[in-house]
Amino acid sequence: MTRKLPRKDVVIIGLGWTGSILANELTDESLDVVAIERGPWRNTATDFPVSYMQDELRYRIQHELFLQPSQSAVTFRNNTNQTALPVRNWGAFMLGNGVGGAGVHWNAETWRFLPSDFVLKSHVTERYGANFLPADMTIQDWGVTYDDLEPHYDAFEYLCGTSGTAGNLSGKIQDGGNPFEGARSRPYPTPAMKQGYGHTLFGEAAKQLGYKAFPQPSGNLSKGYTNPLGVTLGQCTFCGFCEWFGCANYAKASPQTTILPVLMRKSNFEVRTESEVTRINLDNTGKRATGVTYVDSSGEEFEQPADLVILCGFQLWNVQLLLLSGIGTPYNPQTGEGQIGRNFTHQTMSTALGFFDKDKYNFNPFVSAGSMGVCIDEFNGDNFDHGPLGFVGGGYIGQVQTNGRPIQTTAVPPGTPAWGPKWKQALKDNYLSTINSGGACHGSFQAYRDVYLDLDPTYKDRFGRPLLRLTIDLHDNELKMSAYLTDRWSEILQKMGAKQIVKQPRKGPYDVTQYQTSHLCGGAIMGDNPGNSALNRYLQSWDVPNLFVQGASAFPQNAGYNPTGTVAALAFWSAAAIRSQYLKNPGPLVHA
Amino acid sequence: MRKRLLVLALLAGVASLGVARVAGAEAIDAQKFDQVEKGHYLTVAGDCAACHTAPGSSHDFAGGRVIETPFGKIIAPNITPDRVTGIGAWTDDEFVNAMVKGTGRNGAHLFPAMPYTYYTKVTRDDALAIRAFLNTIPAVHNTVEPDQLPFPLSIRAGMIGWNTLFFTPGAFKPNPDKSAEWNRGAYLAEGLAHCGMCHTSKNFLGGDKTSARYEGYDLQGWFAPNITSDKRIGIGNWSVDELADYLKTGHTQAAAASGLMGDEVDLSTSHLRDEDLKAIATYLKDQSAPSPNQAQSLPSDQPIMKAGAQIYADECAACHKSDGKGEPGLFPALRGAAVVQQADPASLLHVVIRGAQSVSTKPAPTGAAMPAFSWVLTDDQIAAVVTYIRNAWGNAASAVVASEAGKARASLAERND
Repeated sequence: MTRKLPRKDVVIIGLGWTGSILANELTDESLDVVAIERGPWRNTATDFPVSYMQDELRYRIQHELFLQPSQSAVTFRNNTNQTALPVRNWGAFMLGNGVGGAGVHWNAETWRFLPSDFVLKSHVTERYGANFLPADMTIQDWGVTYDDLEPHYDAFEYLCGTSGTAGNLSGKIQDGGNPFEGARSRPYPTPAMKQGYGHTLFGEAAKQLGYKAFPQPSGNLSKGYTNPLGVTLGQCTFCGFCEWFGCANYAKASPQTTILPVLMRKSNFEVRTESEVTRINLDNTGKRATGVTYVDSSGEEFEQPADLVILCGFQLWNVQLLLLSGIGTPYNPQTGEGQIGRNFTHQTMSTALGFFDKDKYNFNPFVSAGSMGVCIDEFNGDNFDHGPLGFVGGGYIGQVQTNGRPIQTTAVPPGTPAWGPKWKQALKDNYLSTINSGGACHGSFQAYRDVYLDLDPTYKDRFGRPLLRLTIDLHDNELKMSAYLTDRWSEILQKMGAKQIVKQPRKGPYDVTQYQTSHLCGGAIMGDNPGNSALNRYLQSWDVPNLFVQGASAFPQNAGYNPTGTVAALAFWSAAAIRSQYLKNPGPLVHA
Repeated sequence: MRKRLLVLALLAGVASLGVARVAGAEAIDAQKFDQVEKGHYLTVAGDCAACHTAPGSSHDFAGGRVIETPFGKIIAPNITPDRVTGIGAWTDDEFVNAMVKGTGRNGAHLFPAMPYTYYTKVTRDDALAIRAFLNTIPAVHNTVEPDQLPFPLSIRAGMIGWNTLFFTPGAFKPNPDKSAEWNRGAYLAEGLAHCGMCHTSKNFLGGDKTSARYEGYDLQGWFAPNITSDKRIGIGNWSVDELADYLKTGHTQAAAASGLMGDEVDLSTSHLRDEDLKAIATYLKDQSAPSPNQAQSLPSDQPIMKAGAQIYADECAACHKSDGKGEPGLFPALRGAAVVQQADPASLLHVVIRGAQSVSTKPAPTGAAMPAFSWVLTDDQIAAVVTYIRNAWGNAASAVVASEAGKARASLAERND
């Protein structure tokens, strides 16, 4: 028996970064907003307090802050000739859970995409010709430009207090910043973080090789900061427990440390936690959402009617919920038709380990932070000539080692036994003198016809709904790019003085057990017409105009950066369109 | 200060004997919006809701909050206009007398958990304005039996003697030697805001210890700190603006309100006008300190200080910093902080053992919280780190011993707030 609740102006599904941003913007319009969140409420002092947060076993190994696969899983296969099987322990990516979403456990590397990333297809075609792209690559332009998003990137950085050095201020290139970045309207709100020895050494070596090194833009703050909402963040203490962990010091930008203190004070906002939305309801025309149905932790089912539905879940769950709700047309890889599930992408990560002379180098890797780092951008996007290389895309390269944690960060040279006294001795000899930058080459991931999401025909979740099926493999373009970037990174390690370098370029097939990043993208992409996208340029569903779908599920393909800055900029951009256009005249904001 | 109340109980309000109306009083007129608005403001200034609205209740002023006193429990009564269970049937004079004389409807004496010893300073016009406001709130039918005290404390006639000893009735008299601002501050602080209710210690009968005015008081697991102008343990180093800002926002660059004061800021002072807050601050800053307190810092080479320094570095320094300066506007400074140097370490122990949530206000919404350390630190370790904080960076206060930490741990474990 479903209990029907009183109508709300807006229902938001998921209270992570995008849900918090949209809720805050729309409550400012005096709308009555409810957010429905699958996971629990999370607070700094009670859920990841300074007295026990630095527990690698609890959070990194046992995944305390993450969704448990028993609650909701996915199935995986490399290609359509295989039968997908359920993923029973997260590996290649981590799926957040609870208020704050992935914004609780991210590293806070806060990048903007390049202007050319938003017009990738037309840019590459113009520069290298239409035949340069592989036939099965389905990349496309976003329908939105860097200039459209610039004010919204700015809003997010000032919300977070992002620490960095500007490289391009209103078109004027700045010393010490990233000269390849799009023009920014003002400097970062706080100065760049201090860097560790290994990070500093990387910057010096890169400069000697002719590159322009710059500090990674960071949401681990270099100093205390009070944002425009009046919320204060603290200074990062370099404890090295960021990714997979919540920040105990209020020093990492997250919904908890930037928006929620203000949002939760508003009388026209309410969050219902431990409540999972099972479908978006449509009226009998199928063109209008009437609200959502959700189940609370006691198993009771509710219907929450609303005029406006904002889907703010993680990328995978956004796509699954659209498919389960019968919104849009499921993608068909045989015909290439249908939009929901199309252009699923991830990130092409690679690295090389650098072993240094222990008598000369001491990197103190435990003094660290999730977005501490020194980077170069010469090999990202189309900042370099791809003509002779035969691939598209790239990524930033950097010494972005985030931690020296004792379970995970224990690289030893090849040939060392995997356990016993010799392993211990090798670890002891190398722990302080190894550069172990997991995200050294942060490569893009282009879209392909045969990489997609759909509903699994066999496996079901605890509500009896089909699991989402991931069909994903690495293509030659990504493998070539990864090898190329890994070589460039290795050259810099060499210049830094490494005595032994162990290259780890990305190899196929795609392995769902090996951590890459949690940067899953696509599946409900934005574009300029309903024939090539699920959403218009304002993230509004082409099929159901009172539904907006936030998050990286809207990325047509993934660039060579961490996605959160762009996810948030799109959320502010979408919120601005809802506030300035949609509310005055509810209906499609772009006429197909 | 939510449950600040101390000694005995409140409004009885049972019998229905009428009391002759005092002639000449300004009548309440429901159409006089100015009066209702003023009454609303004064009701907030008096923080009436702290006791008369049950925690988490959506029925404002319908009573039900249990007030702990050293003598037993008292339940704050229903003061909505309900004629049977509230004060709807009370005459205005009965209402005013309850506020300023501490007498209930039938003439019975209230227990001074109701701060009539302070409210007696309130002018009749202001009291009537509060009544005018209370007349406008929704009547809630909610029977409250306020009196939970054991015999013989429950005998209200006993209050006659108590009042003789400790109650000086009479409206506020301005001091012509002081500024209008100072006098406005005095009127509020000594009257509706009833600061001394928490910040002045009580004698064994629960009366204000006039010899120790504003020198702090131990209540409900906290020590409401000294607010005299003592520079080490009072507010001598706070500027008037800082103090006014603290009352407005719950925060300064160096301090944060939590616990009972957090509630006070949340429900009352954050809603007051800037000029009233500045007036209160001006008045409080002018309250003399007792003879200078010459506490000496414990030497840093004492074993307890060395142990405390190590624990501080491991558990505290990430937020409060090695130099004890904290993070401005986020994590309170401990260096030079009066609150950690109080003679009674109850608040410091409370925060270490149980953690604390700082208040979130509109101008300072962050509301950062301190986690609990009771599960990770032993009594010896708590005593050491607290002693260190009380004596590091030029701070000076008595050492805390493990048995004090243990006692605080045990009594806090019993609290359900």
